[in-house]
Amino acid sequence: MELLERFRNGDQRALARAITLVENDHPDRPLILADLHPLTGRAHVVGITGAPGVGKSTLVDQLATEARRRGKTVGVVAVDPSSPFSGGAVLGDRIRMERGASDRGVFIRSLSARGHAGGISAATGDVVSVLDAFGFDLVLVETVGAGQSEVEVMRLVHTTVVVTIPGLGDDVQAIKAGILEIGDLFVVNKADRDGADRTVMELEMMLDLGEGHGGARTGGTRAGVPGAAGRWDPRGHHGVSGVPAAGGAPEQPGTAPEQSETAPAHWRPPVLKSVAREGQGVAEVMDAVASHLTYLHNSGRWQVRQRQEAENKLRRLVADRLLATVLGPAEENGDLARLAAAVADREQDPFTAARHLLRRYWPGDDKPGPK
Amino acid sequence: MERKIRVLVAKPGLDGHDRGAKVVARAYRDAGFEVIYTGLFQRPEQIVQAAVQEDVDVVALSILSGAHNTLVPLVADGMKKEGLDDVLLLVGGIIPEDDATALKAAGVAGVFGPGADLDDIIEYTLSHVRRA
Ligand SMILES: Nc1nc2c(ncn2[C@@H]2O[C@H](COP(=O)(O)OP(=O)(O)OP(=O)(O)O)[C@@H](O)[C@H]2O)c(=O)[nH]1
Ligand SMILES: [Mg+2]
Repeated sequence: MELLERFRNGDQRALARAITLVENDHPDRPLILADLHPLTGRAHVVGITGAPGVGKSTLVDQLATEARRRGKTVGVVAVDPSSPFSGGAVLGDRIRMERGASDRGVFIRSLSARGHAGGISAATGDVVSVLDAFGFDLVLVETVGAGQSEVEVMRLVHTTVVVTIPGLGDDVQAIKAGILEIGDLFVVNKADRDGADRTVMELEMMLDLGEGHGGARTGGTRAGVPGAAGRWDPRGHHGVSGVPAAGGAPEQPGTAPEQSETAPAHWRPPVLKSVAREGQGVAEVMDAVASHLTYLHNSGRWQVRQRQEAENKLRRLVADRLLATVLGPAEENGDLARLAAAVADREQDPFTAARHLLRRYWPGDDKPGPK
Repeated sequence: MERKIRVLVAKPGLDGHDRGAKVVARAYRDAGFEVIYTGLFQRPEQIVQAAVQEDVDVVALSILSGAHNTLVPLVADGMKKEGLDDVLLLVGGIIPEDDATALKAAGVAGVFGPGADLDDIIEYTLSHVRRA
């Protein structure tokens, strides 16, 4: 494929087109993703999530700039909820990303949250893979942290940054929606406003009270006891106003995975402050992001994740294919609708109906037995 | 699945009025397009780069500052240099007839005045988009 050749030669237009094809489930999608697969698995994928307007795009822009300063290239996927009316969308995250965008080492792509056959998380995952394959060191994924689908998007990243603003009370809803559980680090942005320190404290308290951070996703365990031995307490990161580090926080373990012998065995999500609009606290966020990567590598979680992700992908592919094989024809000839109606009208029970569909449409002779 | 047409709505130059651009952006959205809106004060090279990265079908520029004669050719040339020959370039603003002719010679497909009907813009875009 000529497109992929240009892609491998670093042609950004080819990259952009590959994303389009993959995003729209073009017939070449499997071919593209299969071809690029050997090139993936190298980027550090970082999710930036939080309520509307907290400053995610501004922070992404600043993080991209900071990463460039550190010699890294950056891909950005900005997932924007789309207009509920016509299926069209105005994607506006780029407005706040123009600092980073003036440089070839930063590639920004806006993604509408709607209109994807396999859901937004699958589409985002594919786009991330393509950016990864292109060779970006860091891939930032911005998404509004509001619903289940956003939480799912965050499952595909290695490191989740939850952004909030002073006045945490208003954010209780987000916290309840599981944001507290998915965050690998928390940023209280707009720290130029009143109440930032209080919000930091409240978050710290909630994190100390909360149980089982990350669970299956990062496999992280969080010590429930404040100040527990062996727990990494990166409070030295409270950059903006220079809040003194409480309780002898260790020196920053460094930003590159190589220099990371000191990585913690447990990850306690740090809570940082930033004024993204002024670029304050951004370097500290970047440091924490890098530390989390180090932690993932040194704790073996990186590898576990890669395997898990691969297995999930395989499962999904096989399941999709099986579903299409069995239900495709049944849908086409009306069998599915007929049986669904029979079940809805209580003429048939769903188990019998499912068995019927499987017997009838299962490929090959080895029909599934009764169950 | 049917691909949505992607439009970059950009506002080059130094005038701080983006109402027109926003109105056009919303009209495109309501017509089912995917609009990438980049806000005010865009430099021509930023616009070209955004057009590349977002893989848009259409670049719609809104210019009220009167600087269209310098800004638009910069965008058009940049697009040519990047090989964006199949991307439709549209310009909206207060643009005298003679200037419009010159802009079209520079590579602009359609020029729309301040009183242009939104439906006409949509219609024009739909019938002139070059990519399948
Ligand atoms: N006071 C203050 N304002 C900020 C700061 N960071 C961002 N903003 C402003 O907050 C507003 C929203 O910023 P965005 O970066 O667009 O926020 P977002 O979270 O990406 O917004 P959505 O994508 O719409 O959810 C803009 O007007 C920013 O200029 C900050 O540190 N302090
Ligand atoms: Mg945003």
